[in-house]
Amino acid sequence: MSNLLDLLIAGLATGAIYAIVAVGFTLLWQTSQTINFAQGEFVMLPAFLMLAAMHVGAPFWLAIVIGMLLSMLLLGLGFKMLLVDPMLRHGVLPLAIATMALAIGIKEAVKQFFSAEASPFPSIVPSGDISILGRQVALQSVGVLALAIAAVVGLTMLLNRTSIGHQMQATAQNPTVARIIGIPVERMILLTFLINAFLVALASLLITPIYLAKFSSGEVLGQAAFIAAIVGGFNQVRGAIAGGLLIGVVDNLAAAYVSTQYRAAVPMILLILIILLRPQGLLGRAEERTV
Amino acid sequence: MSLFNRYWRVALGVVVIAALIIAPMYLNRYGLFILSQWAVMTIAAMGLNLTLGYAGQVSLAQGAFVGIGAYTAALMTTNGLPLIAGLGVAILLCFAIGWILGYPALRVQHHYLAFVTLAFSTLAFLVFRNESWLTNGIYGISNIPRPTILGYPTNRPLPFYYVCLGSLALVSLATWWLIRSPWGRAFVALRENPVRALSLGIDTRRYTLMAFAIGSALGGVAGTLYAPLTQYIDPVPFNLSLSLDLLLMVIVGGSGFFFGPFLGAMIAVLLPEWIREVTQGYYLMLYAVAVILLLIYSPTGILGIIDRYLTERRTKAASALRAVAKSGLEPAP
Repeated sequence: MSNLLDLLIAGLATGAIYAIVAVGFTLLWQTSQTINFAQGEFVMLPAFLMLAAMHVGAPFWLAIVIGMLLSMLLLGLGFKMLLVDPMLRHGVLPLAIATMALAIGIKEAVKQFFSAEASPFPSIVPSGDISILGRQVALQSVGVLALAIAAVVGLTMLLNRTSIGHQMQATAQNPTVARIIGIPVERMILLTFLINAFLVALASLLITPIYLAKFSSGEVLGQAAFIAAIVGGFNQVRGAIAGGLLIGVVDNLAAAYVSTQYRAAVPMILLILIILLRPQGLLGRAEERTV
Repeated sequence: MSLFNRYWRVALGVVVIAALIIAPMYLNRYGLFILSQWAVMTIAAMGLNLTLGYAGQVSLAQGAFVGIGAYTAALMTTNGLPLIAGLGVAILLCFAIGWILGYPALRVQHHYLAFVTLAFSTLAFLVFRNESWLTNGIYGISNIPRPTILGYPTNRPLPFYYVCLGSLALVSLATWWLIRSPWGRAFVALRENPVRALSLGIDTRRYTLMAFAIGSALGGVAGTLYAPLTQYIDPVPFNLSLSLDLLLMVIVGGSGFFFGPFLGAMIAVLLPEWIREVTQGYYLMLYAVAVILLLIYSPTGILGIIDRYLTERRTKAASALRAVAKSGLEPAP
């Protein structure tokens, strides 16, 4: 039983990171029909940007700021203007393929210009244990969980409580009508790309101390976020959050109770079942089918 | 004009086929391997082009079928059975699994279908890796023999290249026939407008499953050639990235064009090797940039560019004809 509690907390901590990445993923899909196959690489890259900043002598906090800003410039603005804008009008599939190529490009660039080896990354949460309900729990898990929850709550507040958030939601639901009632649709779409870039940089900051910085670490992460987004509901932010937490917990429990060999299979089977039984996801709305 | 075009096309075809037969005689071992790999991947991409390009069903599982074909061939030939038997079993197996995988396509479409097939791809990889009693796990299967065809052994790279090329020719002819048959037309009808296809009396259900099954079977054919080509297989080449690569080949070549997979496989298999010759370490990076630029320039792939050019020329020619006809109708001043 006590073991179960540890697994749950660890699962929720990784799940919260998946959730952040998955939320960014669904935001891009909602506002601009972009299935970003490079989302995992987007999480991998900011850690290397921060490492590079530290390499030239910046202190850790400054490196974080530089990494965040660079990531918003490259993965937000650059991604939208150079890749998504020219390709969007040609449909979902060519753009998805282009993001796959982008994933290869980012991975290889990191491998060439930084290192093919895994590099350690400092944690923003101090190491050690704290006691919760009389149990020793790793401070890192708790810290990650708290920061991730703060990010998710902040984002939800932004989307639901502020005028900009309402404008973003209107843009996602119906761009044409949004434009008619005077919402600057283009600016809102750009904003979602920037938010996504911020979220992946945050996820990078949280997860890299656990898994080390490596050029190939985006593959697993991207896939987990992907599944989280679909399981929760592709067109709902809260769906993506629920999906992320669920996948994190299921993944950890499967590793402990099913088998380490088939651990990766459990989320996949969950995915197939969800798509077949409830294609709109656990919390999603059904999308209207166009004939 | 069209007559000239037809001669020109036949001439181009003859030159390409002659080059594919003659040029390899002057290639080294590695060059032959890459070219054989191109032929094998073209077969797999042709299968995906049927499923995606003609029938409009997105699949991210083609790499898994190449894997199933490769493991079938490897297991049967290392146990003394002929490769042709492996081919038969692989085709039947992939056809059946592909048929079953088609069922989700009856329920969900587009990106959801892509995710179901993606999940299948990952599951297949886990089975290859974990079921050691069958696949020997991460250690893989080695010493896969190459076939003897009509009493002629194909152990050396050049004869085996001709086996791959010959298979590609056979598959091409069969596909060419298929897409011109009523089935092929039904596939296109399914892609263009499923509701209209259904109301015209096409059994969309059966054709959706069929599109998956036939496309997957071609993946199996590619796998049966892949195993004796490399003579050693382990689970790694058949992970998700192979499925993504094959999808890339189809889109980059030109989805829904007959020759799309040939060009797409050329880009995905030969281009990185060629860039590697020129620049040492950066080849995959440059390859990624090249693919992105190509897709931004022409989202319908390489054949999309040619198609666009031909359509433009035809429109211009037609409007020139119209102008002539119109001037003839006007009364003389």
